[in-house]
Amino acid sequence: MKTSDIIKNGLIKENPIWVLILGMCPTLATTTSAINGMSMGLATTFVLMMSNIVISLLKSVIPDKVRIPAFIVIIATFVTMVEMVMKAYLPALYDSLGLFIALIVVNCIVLGRAEAFASKNSVGHSFLDGLFMGLGFTWALTLLGMVRELLGTGCFFGHSLIGGSDGMLMMILPPGGFIALGLLMALINHLRSRSAKKS
Amino acid sequence: MLLSLTAIALVAAAALAALNAVTQEPIAAAQQAKVQEAISAVLPAFDKIEDRDIDGKTCHLAFNQGGELVGAAIEAGNDKGFGGRIQLMVGFDAEGLVTGYQILETHETPGLGAKADQWFQRGNKGDITGRKPAEAVLGVKKDIGESGVDAITGSTITSRAFLDIVNDAANTFSSITI
Repeated sequence: MKTSDIIKNGLIKENPIWVLILGMCPTLATTTSAINGMSMGLATTFVLMMSNIVISLLKSVIPDKVRIPAFIVIIATFVTMVEMVMKAYLPALYDSLGLFIALIVVNCIVLGRAEAFASKNSVGHSFLDGLFMGLGFTWALTLLGMVRELLGTGCFFGHSLIGGSDGMLMMILPPGGFIALGLLMALINHLRSRSAKKS
Repeated sequence: MLLSLTAIALVAAAALAALNAVTQEPIAAAQQAKVQEAISAVLPAFDKIEDRDIDGKTCHLAFNQGGELVGAAIEAGNDKGFGGRIQLMVGFDAEGLVTGYQILETHETPGLGAKADQWFQRGNKGDITGRKPAEAVLGVKKDIGESGVDAITGSTITSRAFLDIVNDAANTFSSITI
């Protein structure tokens, strides 16, 4: 497998959010603002990267029958690490993301990459796959957060653009999450299919 | 099979134990700093703080140089918020007038109930500073009429829970004896 393919797959061709549609729970729940979406994406990227490396290293040691519990233990370890470090050094961020950090453990994208990629490929490739799948997840969450924050509160990364207005509140509530996700998904897949037709 | 899974679990546990030892102190310090920050934010100027437990609530009594009580910051909360627990630090001056508040814990809806962190502050729409809940119990206008506080738009439940906590803290303040 070529390195450039891994990069392209993670960012666009097999983007976890827009194409694979994995990990929807944190996607909808944490994207109430751009900064929350981005932080969640980066935390997931770290976990994906580390768990992909370790699982790829241990792939010959882990017996097939218990691979899922073994993967989950490894993933949960890294998630707990992120949680403890964030609690200690970024308490404000932990307050807004706290609950969802623990949920990275059961984020389908992390287990999905462990099963579909890291357990079959070399360490180097697994690391790259984790990094770029994570970054693909991150940019999708950041974009979704930006759109919802802008429409919902009139802010861009916490800076108010339109003073004195509350914005469309619905956009930062759960229904707005589904609506924004659906419309963005349609738009991005339209662009993807158009560029595929051209080439 | 058993061996490899046990080994993985052991290594994971060891790594987490090590990291826990490292982060324990900063986590405690961060929590402590949050409480300290809240105390100085809600109280008038003071020289000395004395912590006391009254009615099961942590009270931070503030004294000036002469040893006179200038106010108290009281940690109070309830589970009546829209998203569950709300925990506040409420400041009172020596007469029992509200001087300010800070939210210590909240799970309210972003954009609605979560606005409580600004809404009831000095100079804002639902300003509660300068009120004396011990004499006139706080409530939203919808419940108690014109003497009430403006509820957060679309978040009456949060507002009720919030004002309940302030009333509760005021009761505790009344029972402070030096």
